[in-house]
Amino acid sequence: MAGAGPSGKSGKDAAWAPLALPLMLPTWAVIGFFLLLPVLLMVVYSFLTKEFRGGVIWEFSLAAYDQFFISRGLFGDEPASIEWTYIGIFWRSLWQAAVATGLCLLIGFPTAWFIATRPPASRSIWLFLVTIPYWVNLLIRTVSLKFLIRDNGPLNEFLMGIGLTSGPLPLVNTNLAVQLGLFYSYLPFMVLPIYAAVERYNFALSEAAADLYASRWRTLREITLPVVKPGIIAGCLLVFIPSLGAFLAPDLLGGAKTFMIGSLIDEQFKGSQGNWPFGAAISVILMSLVLLSLLFYARAQRSQK
Amino acid sequence: MKGVRHFPGFLAITLVCLIVLYAPLLVVTVYSFNGSTSITQWGGFSWRWYIDVFTGPEAPRFGLAARNSLTIAVLAATAATIIATAASLAMVRGGKFRGRNASFALINLPLMVPEIVTAVAMLIFFTMIGIKTGYGTILIAHIAFCIPFAYLPIAARLQGIEPFYEEAARDLYASRARAFAHVLLPLMAPGVISGWLLAFIISLDDFIITNFVKGAGMETLPTAIFGSVKQGIKPNIMAISTLMLLASASLVTLSWLINRKGQRSP
Amino acid sequence: MANAIEIIEVIKRFGATTALESLSLSISDNEFFTLLGPSGCGKTTLLRMIAGFEAVSAGEIRLFGQNIANLPPDRRPVNTVFQHYALFPHMSVLDNVGFGLKMKGVDLAKRRARAGQMLEIVHLSAFADRLPAQLSGGQQQRVALARALAPEPRVLLLDEPLSALDLKLRQTMRFELKQLQKDTGITFIFVTHDQEEALTMSDRIAVMSAGRLQQVGTAREIYEAPNNRFVADFIGETNILQVEAQPISQDLTRVTLPGGSTLDLPAPPTASGQHSLSIRPERLSLDPQGSLTARLEHVVYLGTDLHLMARLADGSPLVIRMQNSARTALPNEGEEIRISIEEGAARLLAD
Repeated sequence: MAGAGPSGKSGKDAAWAPLALPLMLPTWAVIGFFLLLPVLLMVVYSFLTKEFRGGVIWEFSLAAYDQFFISRGLFGDEPASIEWTYIGIFWRSLWQAAVATGLCLLIGFPTAWFIATRPPASRSIWLFLVTIPYWVNLLIRTVSLKFLIRDNGPLNEFLMGIGLTSGPLPLVNTNLAVQLGLFYSYLPFMVLPIYAAVERYNFALSEAAADLYASRWRTLREITLPVVKPGIIAGCLLVFIPSLGAFLAPDLLGGAKTFMIGSLIDEQFKGSQGNWPFGAAISVILMSLVLLSLLFYARAQRSQK
Repeated sequence: MKGVRHFPGFLAITLVCLIVLYAPLLVVTVYSFNGSTSITQWGGFSWRWYIDVFTGPEAPRFGLAARNSLTIAVLAATAATIIATAASLAMVRGGKFRGRNASFALINLPLMVPEIVTAVAMLIFFTMIGIKTGYGTILIAHIAFCIPFAYLPIAARLQGIEPFYEEAARDLYASRARAFAHVLLPLMAPGVISGWLLAFIISLDDFIITNFVKGAGMETLPTAIFGSVKQGIKPNIMAISTLMLLASASLVTLSWLINRKGQRSP
Repeated sequence: MANAIEIIEVIKRFGATTALESLSLSISDNEFFTLLGPSGCGKTTLLRMIAGFEAVSAGEIRLFGQNIANLPPDRRPVNTVFQHYALFPHMSVLDNVGFGLKMKGVDLAKRRARAGQMLEIVHLSAFADRLPAQLSGGQQQRVALARALAPEPRVLLLDEPLSALDLKLRQTMRFELKQLQKDTGITFIFVTHDQEEALTMSDRIAVMSAGRLQQVGTAREIYEAPNNRFVADFIGETNILQVEAQPISQDLTRVTLPGGSTLDLPAPPTASGQHSLSIRPERLSLDPQGSLTARLEHVVYLGTDLHLMARLADGSPLVIRMQNSARTALPNEGEEIRISIEEGAARLLAD
């Protein structure tokens, strides 16, 4: 997703061809051995039997997935039915991520559009202003947001000060706080790809449409949006995927009622309460959702061509 | 001509976007200079929390965490940059070699797998093969997920360098290694430097993966801060945050300036 | 004279496509040799194979008798002037010119002296400490030349070095290049798609098309005696007529022109049947006794010249070029004109 790979077709781009494999070797060694292999092992791990007090026994078991999907009552003696607890958490995470993505799109698209239509000299400065916060530590940004929106924090004081609200708005520990947190965490991810698409967009197309009596909004809807759609889809994906597995925003800004997948996974690996195969299984399910989104993205990109 | 580009209200939304992005950071920066011990009451301008960061009761803990964070970031960024530079030579100048598509997917893998999943997978892996979690495992994890961030600016830069510079060097009796050292690497330098800086920031920032693979007793700055804010936001945290904010912002600015300068010269 | 370069049955394939088909060519020492052809004809590929940037798929490239086809570029005593100069942007002009010597292990003092001397030859001594970006296109071009000549290569390769310059500068540089080649005595292999460049500078020209050599010869040979339709068409302007050929003796062929008149030409006896005949427009003239009849369609005014666009009885177009003079009495457009062909101007082509 990080910029298409160069095509490397002509002979001129092949000066290092004899060394290509040795040059790739370190990448394969590090990412292949310490990331790809662990992810594959994690899939295997999710099918192992949990041992008492953390750890696993190397025996095939569907217990982790069973625990996720099937309910047998508190003592395991009731007839099997669908377990809604975890599906509910996933559903909430999907919802929260979707709302955050929508918010990002609502603010990010006009912002990206505005920046891309500036003169080239000021364009990079605007873009730079939007990207700086992304490079600030996510933890610090989340903590800062919490500080700003807490019950007796500056935002509420400001709102009460100008008389807009009579008492503090209870923002922290709500779904809205988590959505705001996710929005705040990943907004630049929405702006950048849309910016790239709009910047490449040939405005002569819009001028042609305007010349043929289309109104400005109609031109945007019928001519521009279809052309810049890949950028919008990429932006949505870049916000949606990390939001889905986010940990800091729900953990710091939310409460018990806003529990999301990230915290659920985290819980499985903490202390003796943990259940590693179950944590691995949730991770596998989360990763499958992400892969599905990526497949959707790839298909959308292909149909564009 | 401006007609089709201009939409009413887009400037306003952009400003809202910037306010949303910067307001929390500005507020925390302002409150880090608060002289009061309460985070709610404004007690006048003061450096006390900055002094507290370096001399207060939590100073040794944060000092150690900061040292871990910095050394890991320097080592991880350096290793990731070297690996990414080699990879970009293969990807950009290697022609169509076997496994090229797979290699490209592999480089981008850390960006595609959700962080929490990477964290879980690495924890399970390190436990399974019996490597004790700690400084070493944090370092390995950081090198792995920093590679794509270092790769992006380096590969972008290399793609912008015409192959004929290297050919000219080879033509003038430079071996492959000397052509790389004398011509290609100096031309790639802006990309390599910004790749290193981005990797450095990414490493410095990471919380989730570090939190999983750090093991007991080991802390980096983000995990130490997280542990602290779990008990509530204290003023000294705001001072630390402001310092880190400043560090990140200046590094990114530096990287941006280097890249911009690099783009002007061919 | 020894051959500087011998190309022996060289083939170049890129994947499934063949860029050069079994090409053989000898270039003598001290020659200004030009590879001329349209883009994509394989001329640049051939040059890059001599330089060592492209591997040969089959065949040999000999430099003064030694096969260099498998040597890397840094071990071939040939240097290249690149189309876009490829001056190292991070090095001063002096360092650029001295780079080859540095890589060859020449010590600092010697290479500075030699680089300075080279800059003097190209009249750029005052610019030694500048960066390439601070020079004009023409100056960069001369630095590139100095840099390639500094290590005293046995053969200098020039890849369309003048194409990025404006017309005026291009004309001066043509002269300078030719002079430099004479002064240094180094073999120059010059690649261009510009026929005027090729005709004015070269000792010999190889015309290439579609990965094949079409003709090798001096400028005069190629212009006046093109041996196929491609060469006749590519070099200068020409009229191509479809004629009926019949050998009448050992080295004489009789062709029947459109309209019925005949012409006897020196040509190998193999030529018979339908053929193309090439006649340069400047070697046709209006003549009431002329053997060709055509209808004048159009007169194009070019200042010093006039082009008469006419059509022959069989419908094929014919261009006659004549000098513009006040005394020229022109027929009216639409009138029938008679045209004579200058002795020896018509040439029978192999297709």
